[in-house]
Amino acid sequence: MPDASRPMPGAASLLPLEISSLRYDVGEDRLIDNISLTIDSSGISVIMGANGAGKSLLLRLIHGLLRPSGGDVRWNGSALNLATRQRQALVFQKPVLMRRSVAANIDFVLKSRDGQDRQRRDQLLQEAGLYRQRQQPARLLSGGEQQKLALARALATEPEVLLLDEPCASIDSASTLQIENLLRQTRERGVKIILVTHDIGQARRLADDVVFIHAGRLREYQPAATFFDSPKSDEAGAYLQGRIVI
Amino acid sequence: MKSRTRLAALLTLLSLFGDSHAVADSIIVQSTTSTANSGLYDYLLPLFKKDTGITVNVVAVGTGQAIKNARNCDGDVLLVHAKSAEQKFVVDGYGVSRHDLMYNDFVFVGPPTDSARIAGGRSAIDALSKISTHKARFASRGDNSGTHKKEMALWKKSAIDPTSASGSWYLETGSGMGATLNAAVGSGAYTMTDRATWISFKNKQDYSIQVEGDSELFNQYGIIMVNPEKCGQVNQAAARQFVDWMLSAKGQDAIAAYRLNGQQLFFPNAN
Amino acid sequence: MQDFSNAFGLAASLIFSADADLIEIIALSLRVSVSAVVLAALIGFPLGALTAVAHFPGRQTLTVTLNALMGLPPVVVGLLVYMALSRAGPLGWMGLLYSPTAMIIAQTILVAPIIAALSRQVIEDIHKEYDEQFRSLCIPAHRVMTALIWDSRYSLLTVMLAGFGRAIAEVGAVIIVGGNIDHLTRVMTTAIALETSKGDLALALALGFVLLILALSVNAAVYSLRASARRLSYA
Ligand SMILES: Nc1ncnc2c1ncn2[C@@H]1O[C@H](COP(=O)(O)OP(=O)(O)OP(=O)(O)O)[C@@H](O)[C@H]1O
Ligand SMILES: [Mg+2]
Repeated sequence: MPDASRPMPGAASLLPLEISSLRYDVGEDRLIDNISLTIDSSGISVIMGANGAGKSLLLRLIHGLLRPSGGDVRWNGSALNLATRQRQALVFQKPVLMRRSVAANIDFVLKSRDGQDRQRRDQLLQEAGLYRQRQQPARLLSGGEQQKLALARALATEPEVLLLDEPCASIDSASTLQIENLLRQTRERGVKIILVTHDIGQARRLADDVVFIHAGRLREYQPAATFFDSPKSDEAGAYLQGRIVI
Repeated sequence: MKSRTRLAALLTLLSLFGDSHAVADSIIVQSTTSTANSGLYDYLLPLFKKDTGITVNVVAVGTGQAIKNARNCDGDVLLVHAKSAEQKFVVDGYGVSRHDLMYNDFVFVGPPTDSARIAGGRSAIDALSKISTHKARFASRGDNSGTHKKEMALWKKSAIDPTSASGSWYLETGSGMGATLNAAVGSGAYTMTDRATWISFKNKQDYSIQVEGDSELFNQYGIIMVNPEKCGQVNQAAARQFVDWMLSAKGQDAIAAYRLNGQQLFFPNAN
Repeated sequence: MQDFSNAFGLAASLIFSADADLIEIIALSLRVSVSAVVLAALIGFPLGALTAVAHFPGRQTLTVTLNALMGLPPVVVGLLVYMALSRAGPLGWMGLLYSPTAMIIAQTILVAPIIAALSRQVIEDIHKEYDEQFRSLCIPAHRVMTALIWDSRYSLLTVMLAGFGRAIAEVGAVIIVGGNIDHLTRVMTTAIALETSKGDLALALALGFVLLILALSVNAAVYSLRASARRLSYA
């Protein structure tokens, strides 16, 4: 995937990310409930929580795809706007690929940045392990391959902040390791990564700090070591042990 | 002016698809349908083209519509059959002058059942009165065409107003002679038609001519060149050549020579 | 009816004899209707995409209007175009009346609302699917529109087909603005109308069959194209 040597201009200057009293309601349901959180550290922040806890919603709110019902999100002091959003990329839980070839999916993004660049496209595809399939229709890729392509496309935008919603959900273990390496390289380049994952092993391997949410509320925000050794909240403890908490 | 040039450019571009207009030396004749449907033009126009090299494009519509189109300057020559309307066209300045060109006659056609007992009669007025007393179905053009105008004049002479029965036994099709004949044949109605259209009509089924030979049924065709002073785009030279040719001995002979199923359809009478 | 069986035989002999007049008429029908559909697509696709994607005041009104215009009677369109192109009309100086160009203009007006309204539905669907991804990538509006149109091109081909069906089958507009002039503006439908008015129902019906075969072949071609696109899951 992308090479770590590529310099990132103005790296991480979007930090800190300040989330204050964030709420998101649908009808009567309060899906995100008064979350306040400041992420100042570069590196990889992992968001964890049970199914339906609100992780994907939180990611969308952070990225500005959803308008909060209350509270706000600030990147380095400024509210979400086109300029701040252009410096981020989000890889969705369910990848949305265009009805085009694998290569054309990357080209589309490259074209809207610094013009079409075949070399760069081929390099991205090679690093994603998709070079062989470059002429194939993207929607005929396997589920895992589609996730890799979505990640390659996100990296094509050269983001300063990379938001990932379970990027390894249907990826085999060899490719998972490959992707994890890639994420480490990306972190080395100063890109801030916010990663949602259910894979506790992956979280342990990658996380610098952990955000744990439960039922739309923030339960913990800890350095990774602290979180995995002695989670404060019962819910986090239960989640880590694989127990179900209601 | 600027937007006008832009529009012109756009439409010219469009004409690339459409491969626009006819040959440079061509005219448009706004014509009644009978002359076109009977095949007269298919016979005459190649002869005229051989003589002059001019292409004649015929727009065949009812006489009323043809006159209206010519009033909009959408034609170079008018060839119809409604004398008073033609004279008005000239008086209003749209036509240069009107000339008798040829004639034929109208006939009444009907089904063999002949419920109004008109068959064999020679009087048009008589036939109309019988039809209205029997409330027998009668299909009218109802489209302001030459034939329609003639029919209305005949009703007036017989002091009957058929339009009060419109929709019951009196059926106004509002369409051309062919469509009206189709409607009549399809619904067992009488109708009045010019002889040329009748002879060339192919859907006669068991219908036949039942009244003919009345001098009231005389059908005169006229030809008029559209006035270039009113309509600047008239192709004067070519239009004049066409009118002159039609009125000349050569054109008149050609009209007389045209036969369909062995019958003469039009009788030249230019003077 | 005897005409009916006659018509089959006549249609077959017309086609196999490759009658020169018939070929000229078919060629003109295709040229007029295909050009009109292409032009209508150039107008209709962006309009459809705009009403599907953009939010602007009057969008609802525009959508409803486009839907209503789908039912525009061909005669009315013919009349409007006639009045504009007539030598007495505002565009009379161009001398376009009674030309294939006039017929293309009329059919374009007739077909554009259909293409706009139907493509709006197609594009709305794909827009729902792409919307979040495109917003996340901060794709500017004009690129969103072109991408949506391009990515739904195989569905839009079917939309064009619906437009083509209306164009090739209509007689009301072309007969007014074209004038049904032999060897100049006579197309399949006006030829059918003419033969009907001459009472030659068998020939009219035979021409009808030929028109049907024409429409069928165009449809079959587009559907096979679309089927192969679907296999590639591009459609
Ligand atoms: N538009 C919506 N309308 C109503 N409810 C919604 C909407 N979007 C999300 N939800 C609900 O909000 C809750 C949180 O959804 P979210 O997708 O954020 O969960 P998640 O933490 O990402 O779960 P998972 O681990 O399964 O991906 C879920 O219960 C979901 O049903
Ligand atoms: Mg989720």
